[in-house]
Order: sequence, then structure tokens, then C-alpha cells
Amino acid sequence: MDFLKQLWNRDAYSSKDIAKERLRLVLVHDRVNVSPNLLEALKEDLIEVISKYMEIEETGFEVNLDKSDNQVALSANIPVKRMKRAIASTDKG
Amino acid sequence: MAKVIVVTSGKGGVGKTTTAANLGAGLALLGRKVCLIDADIGLRNLDVVLGLENRIVYDLTDVVEGNCRLRQALIKDKRTDNLFLLPAAQTKEKDAVSPEQMLKLTEELREECEYIFVDCPAGIESGFKNAIAGSDEAIIVTTPEIAAVRDADRIIGLLEAAGLYDPRLIINRIRPQMVRQGDMMGIDDIIEILAIELLGIVPDDEDIIVSTNRGEPVVLDRRSQAGQAYNNIVRRLEGIDVPLMTLEEDGWLTRVKKAIMGRS
Repeated sequence: MDFLKQLWNRDAYSSKDIAKERLRLVLVHDRVNVSPNLLEALKEDLIEVISKYMEIEETGFEVNLDKSDNQVALSANIPVKRMKRAIASTDKG
Repeated sequence: MAKVIVVTSGKGGVGKTTTAANLGAGLALLGRKVCLIDADIGLRNLDVVLGLENRIVYDLTDVVEGNCRLRQALIKDKRTDNLFLLPAAQTKEKDAVSPEQMLKLTEELREECEYIFVDCPAGIESGFKNAIAGSDEAIIVTTPEIAAVRDADRIIGLLEAAGLYDPRLIINRIRPQMVRQGDMMGIDDIIEILAIELLGIVPDDEDIIVSTNRGEPVVLDRRSQAGQAYNNIVRRLEGIDVPLMTLEEDGWLTRVKKAIMGRS
């Protein structure tokens, strides 16, 4: 039975897929480390976009990549000072 | 207009030197004047891969330090008229040469040759920086393994940071059987991850070991699969549109043999 099970598992999730998935995760981190400017640039862009909708505390603004077992998540901690009353225009033609 | 192309990988042992030797020999066969620079100072190997180890008098460091003229240090290949090797020093330190000196050297070689390949050492330290200093283009060699692809990705980033954009990829040592069985990353998997242009693929071929034993680039052996693969890459470098080779799998007899050997 074990033999059959092994065969089955192999078909279901091949070692190639495991390699590819591990590689994908490791590269998310590698690439950020190679260019520390990347998160900084993202942060600046985020501030620009979010500021259209609300006033935020730029000094407390944090952007990070969190790695858990099988995924990487982008997390942002954005202190909001106040909401803007209305959005100028929502239609973007 | 001469081209200076660095052959690099990050990880060691993926086939940089073999690739440089075969691309150089292949282009020389087509009548191009080619110079191969071994930039792996302290660990020279391009000379033995080409079978020229007994002809070395001067080396790269000698040229840079002014102990000899460039032409005196260039070793002419045994088999092809237009192929020259500038060997690395075996007894010097890696930082015996600076990026500025490498740049000057490659500029001087542009006057002599149409193609200049720089065989880059493994790693990302001074040897790598020297090797890319005078290069206009980069060829990245990788194998279908996590470590090699990861290092290739890092190298792509470092090349970009140094202003060398759009490197092209050679995937070496592909084993079609394993790819088909789902036990090795295939061409598409690797290209999807690295997102760079594919220059060519080279199958894992025992002929490479045999030809390296003899000191003859496998590209000279048209019957071998790897030789054909390198020849295809050479023609692509010349701007010819050559389709990717279809990799032959082992015949049924070999497969049965391997299956029996593997189980026992």
C-alpha cells in the first residue's frame, strides 16, 4: 500500500512543483533584500495614493514583508489622522 | 563592432567555463575572431577545458601589470585559427586586478577581435565585479536546480544595478526524462521565475565529460546533442533565428536498464 501511496503522491505533487514553490518564496525575500529601495519606493507611492482619501501619519507608516511557512504577505501599518469628507471624483472615464 | 560578453552564474559548477569555451570555439568555426578571457584569477580552468594548458607563458595579470604586451599573452587555439585565450593567473590574488584595468583590457581587445567572452568566477565579490566591468552584454548560465536558479536571480539584480540590462539565459544540464516525470524544473518553469530571455538550452550529456577529458570543446563534435545545442546558441548569437532543439529522451532499452538499476 505504501508503495502505491508513494506513486500517488508523486503524481499529485511532483518534486518539481515543490522546487518551484520554494524558489518562488525564497525569491520574494531575496529580491527585496537586493534592493532595499523597493519597499521605500512602494511606501512613498502608497502614501501618495492613500493621501487622496485620508490624512495619514507619515512618520508611523510601516511597510513590511512577513514570511510564514508557505506564503509571503505584504503588511502595512498606517496611522490615520482623519478621513477626508468626500472623494473629489470617483468616475475615471 | 566588437562585443564583450560576460558569462556568469553566481553559483559555481553550473558550466560557465564549458559554455564560454564552446561559444568561443563555435563562433571561431564560423569564421569570427574570438578571444576568451579567463577572469577566474587563482582558479584558472578555461585553459584545460580548451586543452591549452601547456602553452601558457603570460597571463591576464601580466598584461595588466605591464610585464608583457597583450598580444604576447594571447594563446592561439590548436584547432581553430581565430580563437584566442587570455588565461588567468593561477598564483595571484583575485584583487590583483581592478575593474578599471579590466575595462582597459577589454577596450584594447576590441581592436583585435569580434567577440570577447569573459569567463566570470563564481560568487559576487571582486572577481565578479572585474568580469563585468568591461562587458556590454551578459549570458547567465543556470541549471534546473533551486540553488542555481536562485543565484541566477541574484546575479540578474546585480547586473542591472551595474547597468547591464537584458541578460540572456542558458539552461544547462537539462534531463528531459526527469522533466517529463515532473522531477526537474523545465524550461518554462525557469523562464517564468527569472523572466529573462532564453538564449538556449543544453542537455545533460556525457559527451561533455568526454570532450572535457580530451580538452576539446564539444561544439566541434556535431554528432553529440550538447555540441548541437551549443552550435544553435552560437548561431543565435550571430542573429540567426534557430528554433529550440527538441531534447531526445533515452531509448526504451536504456530506460528499462535505468529502471532496473534504480530499483535494485
